[in-house]
Amino acid sequence: MIEQSFSQWRRRHFLRDTACGLGGIALADLLARDLPAGVEDNSSRPLAPKPPHHAPTAKNVIFLFMAGAPSQLDLFDPKPALVKHHGEPVPESYLSGLKDSLIKGSARLFGSPRTFNKHGECGMDFSDFLPNLATCADDLCMIRSVHTDISNHHPAQLMMNCGVPRFGLPSMGSWATYGLGSESDDLPGFVVMLSQNGDGDIGGAALWDSAFLPSTHRGVTFRSHGDPILHLSSPPGVTSQLQRDKLDLLGDLNRMRFEQHNDPEIASRIAAYELAFRMQTTGPELIDFSDETQQTLDAYGVGDELKNAFGSNCLLARRMVERGVRFVQLYHFTWDDHSDLNNKLADNCRRTEQGVAALIKDLRQRGLLDDTLIVWGGEFGRTPMNEVRRGINPGKEGRDHHPFAFTMLMAGGGVKSGYIHGRTDELGYHAAEDPVHVHDMQATILHCLGIDHTRLTYRHQGRDFRLTDVAGRVIEPILA
Amino acid sequence: MSDRFALRYALAMTVLLLGWRPVRGDVDFEKDVAPVLQEHCLSCHGPERAEGSLRLDSEAHVLKGGDSGVIVTPAASAESELIRRLKTDDASERMPLDRPALDEQAIAALESWIDAGANWPERFVIQSPDAIRLARAATHWSFQPIERPTVPDASDGHALSGIDRFIRDRLRQAGITPSPEADRETLIRRVTLDLIGLPPTPEEVDAFLADDHPDAYERLVDRLLASPHYGERWARPWLDLCHYADTDGYLTDQQRPVAWRYRQWLVDALNANMPFDRFTIEQLAGDLLPDATMNQRIATGFLRQTLSNREGGADLEEFRVKQILDRSQMVGTIWLGLTVGCAQCHDHKYDPLSQQEFYEFYACLNNADEINVDAPLPEEADAYFASREEYNARRQELIAPLATELEELQRRWEEKLLYAWKHPGEDHVWDRQWELLGLVWGGNLGEGQLEGIEIVKLDWEERTPRQKDDLLDYFLQSGSVIDADRFAELKLGALKAELDALRQQYPRATRAPMMQAALTPRQTYIFGRGDFRDRGDDVDPDLPDWLPDWEDTNDPSRLRLANWLISRENPLTARVTVNRMWQAFFGQGLVTTPEDFGARGAKPSHPDLLDWLAVEFIDSGWDVKEMHRRIVTSATYRQSSAARQDVKARDPQNVLLARQSSLRVPAEVVRDQALAASGLLSRTIGGPSVKPPQPERVTMEAFGYNDWQVSPAPDRYRRSVYTFVIRTAPFAQGIIFDAPNPNEICTRRVRSNTPLQALTLLNDPMFFEMACAMAGRVLTERNEDDARIAYAFRLAVARHPAPAEAERLQRFLEEQRKAFESQPTLADEWPTDAVPANVSSQEFAAWCNLCSALLNLHEFVTRD
Repeated sequence: MIEQSFSQWRRRHFLRDTACGLGGIALADLLARDLPAGVEDNSSRPLAPKPPHHAPTAKNVIFLFMAGAPSQLDLFDPKPALVKHHGEPVPESYLSGLKDSLIKGSARLFGSPRTFNKHGECGMDFSDFLPNLATCADDLCMIRSVHTDISNHHPAQLMMNCGVPRFGLPSMGSWATYGLGSESDDLPGFVVMLSQNGDGDIGGAALWDSAFLPSTHRGVTFRSHGDPILHLSSPPGVTSQLQRDKLDLLGDLNRMRFEQHNDPEIASRIAAYELAFRMQTTGPELIDFSDETQQTLDAYGVGDELKNAFGSNCLLARRMVERGVRFVQLYHFTWDDHSDLNNKLADNCRRTEQGVAALIKDLRQRGLLDDTLIVWGGEFGRTPMNEVRRGINPGKEGRDHHPFAFTMLMAGGGVKSGYIHGRTDELGYHAAEDPVHVHDMQATILHCLGIDHTRLTYRHQGRDFRLTDVAGRVIEPILA
Repeated sequence: MSDRFALRYALAMTVLLLGWRPVRGDVDFEKDVAPVLQEHCLSCHGPERAEGSLRLDSEAHVLKGGDSGVIVTPAASAESELIRRLKTDDASERMPLDRPALDEQAIAALESWIDAGANWPERFVIQSPDAIRLARAATHWSFQPIERPTVPDASDGHALSGIDRFIRDRLRQAGITPSPEADRETLIRRVTLDLIGLPPTPEEVDAFLADDHPDAYERLVDRLLASPHYGERWARPWLDLCHYADTDGYLTDQQRPVAWRYRQWLVDALNANMPFDRFTIEQLAGDLLPDATMNQRIATGFLRQTLSNREGGADLEEFRVKQILDRSQMVGTIWLGLTVGCAQCHDHKYDPLSQQEFYEFYACLNNADEINVDAPLPEEADAYFASREEYNARRQELIAPLATELEELQRRWEEKLLYAWKHPGEDHVWDRQWELLGLVWGGNLGEGQLEGIEIVKLDWEERTPRQKDDLLDYFLQSGSVIDADRFAELKLGALKAELDALRQQYPRATRAPMMQAALTPRQTYIFGRGDFRDRGDDVDPDLPDWLPDWEDTNDPSRLRLANWLISRENPLTARVTVNRMWQAFFGQGLVTTPEDFGARGAKPSHPDLLDWLAVEFIDSGWDVKEMHRRIVTSATYRQSSAARQDVKARDPQNVLLARQSSLRVPAEVVRDQALAASGLLSRTIGGPSVKPPQPERVTMEAFGYNDWQVSPAPDRYRRSVYTFVIRTAPFAQGIIFDAPNPNEICTRRVRSNTPLQALTLLNDPMFFEMACAMAGRVLTERNEDDARIAYAFRLAVARHPAPAEAERLQRFLEEQRKAFESQPTLADEWPTDAVPANVSSQEFAAWCNLCSALLNLHEFVTRD
């Protein structure tokens, strides 16, 4: 058609006139894609893959964020001494010099009512709430000595994601795509998914914000049903061709404006529209599970009333990784079991642990686990004492927030498997051996992606910022 | 005041490190000893406060000792008074007094140092933490008094405004020429969007193009400043600052159906051009003014934009404290440009604000209670007031037969509650009743949740009739736990039903949220590490020492604070305020960190211009519209925004303002512009919040009950400032276009550019509806393709299309017609209600697509 060849001519003409002067904008990204084969374009693209600092052991990250903070003492870190001293006051030695505002001295030790067993050849401990995850023991790296700086949900979630307990800094996923670009042409580089059911404390969009990094690096929220992304479907009656026609018109008019105005934001806008259009095609494909076997669906718990929400997101995470999405973050909330911990924890485990296990096994079976780093954990842990802040309800005890020691899991992408790192004291109160700060976790995740966390910086307001603030050390012993 | 600063500065300088030589012995004085003295001793035994005539900041002072005599015996730590006083078990002697003892390591360092001979590096003076703070305060630019700078000469002979002379002076120094004035179509769109947040109509553009008077632009500006839409547009950034919403926040996120009363006050105040000093006083302390009017009291709804936690188990005092912290931060950020909240847990790391000073500041806001009152709207007032006497009389008649028994029962109930309050943990039932009183009171009505609790704390006799009524109503609703049998016996359920019925019979008044002086005064404490349970020293309302003092009056501290904020001596308010105005018109402030004028904030790009604007603002009587007028009539504002290759490398951020900036318009303006272009916009000013269409799941995924019943037309087409804000699930289109999180103070918005925005403008049924309405309008109001294309284009971006643009649109139209011709049934799926008479559904669909494209143009979402 005449119109199409006109558009192509306009694009080439536009490129010839402007490609030299643009520098560092998405326009080139768009143009490169729309150029006839054989025409090279060397301009930078914000999401074009970039070389890492060193050889990576993981191309992608799937971060399973357990918001609200699951109880490490009832899942991963058995403490016989805690059971033995159940109901006793916390020894004074633990409380002197304690500066955390949430933990009251009057709380009593609370032994876990769970049963623990050792699993896998490595003999990793899991409680009876995690029957499926336990079968992945030999794929997992369990870190029992993680600690953070703060014991309120939202600040601690920011700490885990953005490296500081306050607003205004880019999240880990944003840093990852900023540092490495995206391997996907038609999906965002950083995707966030929330389990639909369950309510609770979650910090919202600040946790996947790009802050001062270009907004192309902000996490895009994705849903597993309906429109995966808000307004992904065209209005009724607007066929794909009609939408394409409109995009061509927009592209041409925006280019004409660019010639007048030279505003690089116009080029970004054009690129954003083209990506939006591609997402309209790939989004529905991505969430269409019809090409999955029933066995796979069952493994993830897709279709199961309880397990569907999180399980579908786990499956989507695999499908995204297959399609080159750099950083996928799944949120499940809430694990904030201040009371009735035994029942609520069981419920959350039922909803999620099968999906996590399925994801690990599925990735391994498809040969993707080597390239994908899985991280599992919350913003902090829970106290070895029972909760007193909101009163005690006998038989329905809970645990309060505990920032001094908690457990996180990793798998795949360059970390040791079947390996336990760090140790807590006999009550599980403090990290007794090999403490791992949140910044160390972040440094390690970036390291696996081939990024030196001290070199991935962005100059903002006169200072170089980085994910790990001024700290962080790669946890060498856990690297494979 | 400058004397005071000078004195401070001199004081600070005298304690600077003058030079030193290494200490003999094993202890590193500088590393091990000086920090201990500095951190733990000098705030009481330093240059500012030499308690017991003892100072520990220099060798001479240490050797001299204090009232207790010599404190250091070199080479004999065991005999040194200093060590004894650190180690003694006698709390009245043990240093630091009333604070935790030094740890063993610190004491050991001091002992080793004394045992090694107590050598002090020559001329080494330890700065006290206070001295360091004050030295910072004395030199930091934004804390210096504002003095009127000299306006630079205009070298090119033109009659340039003050603003332009400052800007051009810098440009001249940089060897950069300013840009020419933008063309008239760009200019009218720019200034209209900036001043009223709506696009100019094609008729308004025509009138401006045809106006060849030299003051055409100035008259345009005057018209816009007088528009009632001005207040709507300027309310929005202020609502960002105070983080307005129509719900409580937190997990239960209940509704606040009368939150809009404050927004209404704000729109009205801005439209009336209320001077900024009055604007400040009324919002912070309008209720405390002599003979405060209802409007002045409603202004304090500003302070009611904090969150309320009604979740079971929430500690009432914890969340009340959070509200005061939030309010302190609001005042600190909005008026002072300071991140005062950083000093909540410890002395500010970068700015001179100490933790104690923070809580003194906090104390100014701590003695205010939340209250909602009957505040009849104009149309309600006559009937409401006329009926009150009769209503009250009839209410009392209903109560009278039971009055004695009821009072006896209610007093018992209150005693139990008060006992539980004072003795928590003894009785779970009454602990819970006390908690419920605070959680439930006025829930889903947006009432102050602690109002009931504050009434119960009052003696029976001190209560107003209305307080008695409100508490009685609550008691009848929720008090049966005191004695259910007696409740039944007295038939209190029936009484409650009668009272409710009576209320329904009489005219009601819409309520309004506001503040009042605390019914029971509160003492403020320093909270250890910001934890409300860790009460330290008590503090009284005061201002930071390093800022000018406030006037010594008997007014309540909240009012004194408000008055001080707008006092001539305060160096911050005017600077911070004009900077935000500048940001609104140029995309970034002269200080690019409007929330932080402290040490970590940006320095002003044009310090003299900032000060000049601040002085002019104060001298104009804090005239906001006048300042807006000055800025938008400046040549600097009127420049073209086209990017310039010649300055790009030298000034990539456009700091020097050799041109205007092209800015993505705010979320609200994106939607409001589309509404205006479509002809659907409802121009009604004010009133309760409305719910425009959005996908159901946006609110389904939020907490609690908050469904989203879309408002019927015309309310669904109201301006976005009226959109109902659910804190846990703000309006989706807003968030996608960077509307801020409504739980946080926002001084400047992000302007992102994402595929989600593209999907919204292309596919959101709300925008598609507007595109179709716009198509209907274009087809009805113009004939022939040419005229229709030009009209549609002008509705979207105000200017006429260039020939190439019109040609391309025409081609698109033909393409669309062909597509619908080849698939005639396709158009059947399109909305039909907007199809004008005599237009085929295929033709309509083609135009809908064209209009939709126009509402997606980069230029449409950009203010050039």
